Amino acid sequence: MVRPVHRRPGQSRKAQYSLFAAYVIAVTGAVAGLMLAILSVVDPVGFAQLRVASQEITAPVARVSRSVIGSISGIDDTVGAYVRAGSQNRRLRSELADTRRELVATSTLQEENRQLKALLKLQETDKTALANGYLLTSTSTSSKRIALLSIGRNLGVAAGQPVRGADGLIGRVLGSGPSVSQVLLLTDVDNIVPVRRARDGLPALAYGRGNGDLDIRTLNIANNPFKPGDILVTSGTGGLYPPNIPVAIVVRRQDDGALARPLADPGKVDAVSVLRPYTPDNIEAQPAPAPPPLAPAGATP
Amino acid sequence: MNNRAAPRLGEPASLWRMRIVPVATVMVASALPLMLPLVANSPVLPPLGLLFFLCWQLLRTEMWPVWIGLPLGLWDDLFSGQPIGTAVGLWTLASIAIHYSSQRIYWRGFLHDWVIAALLIAIIQSLAALIAHPDAATDRVLGLVVPQIVMSILLVPLFMRLTGKFDNFRLKRR
Repeated sequence: MVRPVHRRPGQSRKAQYSLFAAYVIAVTGAVAGLMLAILSVVDPVGFAQLRVASQEITAPVARVSRSVIGSISGIDDTVGAYVRAGSQNRRLRSELADTRRELVATSTLQEENRQLKALLKLQETDKTALANGYLLTSTSTSSKRIALLSIGRNLGVAAGQPVRGADGLIGRVLGSGPSVSQVLLLTDVDNIVPVRRARDGLPALAYGRGNGDLDIRTLNIANNPFKPGDILVTSGTGGLYPPNIPVAIVVRRQDDGALARPLADPGKVDAVSVLRPYTPDNIEAQPAPAPPPLAPAGATP
Repeated sequence: MNNRAAPRLGEPASLWRMRIVPVATVMVASALPLMLPLVANSPVLPPLGLLFFLCWQLLRTEMWPVWIGLPLGLWDDLFSGQPIGTAVGLWTLASIAIHYSSQRIYWRGFLHDWVIAALLIAIIQSLAALIAHPDAATDRVLGLVVPQIVMSILLVPLFMRLTGKFDNFRLKRR
């Protein structure tokens, strides 16, 4: 190894000053940067535009790479599926038989439900999406879970709109640019979703863990009512997320609630829909322009 | 005068290439994760931009002024998802630390470089995660980035090699 150059600039005043100035700039800049970081944690909206603008640069590349190699997100799952093929096959077959039986039972219930609803003349909430797109890519080097959605302001996407896939809730829009927008995923540490248990409506809160799982905490701490297999759906409390979107399934009980896995894995969903935020204006505004002429129950998902 | 375009024997590499190659590698590495069709559920990729940034500084401490972390960190913040300003501050502090260590440890070898890089990666990634999630429990946030830190530390020699390759290209005579 070569002996390193000596850092001291010798007797030259000019060289000494410029070295000193570089250090002054560096220290001031570093302190300013950290203050800016704290500021942007407190007020994330202010800097969202800057970030979305820069991601417009990478979005075309992401679009191309996605169309060329497809999505590589499910790669761990593909390998795992080969390893467990035999036992998985047996389990899936028995599950399929059970599900068929349940489906028959449910379809009769659905018919009954439709008739009862027609009797009560209940308005179905408008479930049509504002726009549909797909998730291009996401941050993968930091602890924030932000995905890039392939549509932006050009299709009416704006901050605060919920995003869902076919299987369940994905997250909400953080900011939107001209042709892409950012989605804060359900599993981000800072994302809290009010949910209820589908079976009996037990209210709870879903906290992201940042590693793909969710923490479920009930509002009453006295007992822990969760069982593995419980399905959680959004409750609509507090606005933003419309009620009855599937969110997660409980995997394991914990001492302060439960550990749950999201029903929609953002790494595997193909298309996602951006919904209207569930605010009082939207809830009231919706029935007026959409009086569907008694749409058949099979048409609504 | 008769053929100025032709390279002369022993002529050094072009000044532009010498300056642009290191900055470009860091910038591309920072933006690369957002160009892959990968929707991650946890921090699965090592911080590529940071790894190149540290390797360039360890390999060529004199090449950049200490404040180079300000622009490069800002660029990284735009793509990493961290609150803007995190890498600006932390990368600059890292480059001050490397400059300081290069004065302390006079004959720095590969192992020294690896240890310095490992310490800086661990500190920067942990602090960045803590800054991004001030309300969450500290142990949980750190548990989130520990696998990534271990993976990044094990990848340091590879990135050092890659940086060396880029350095050869940077200084290749015409």
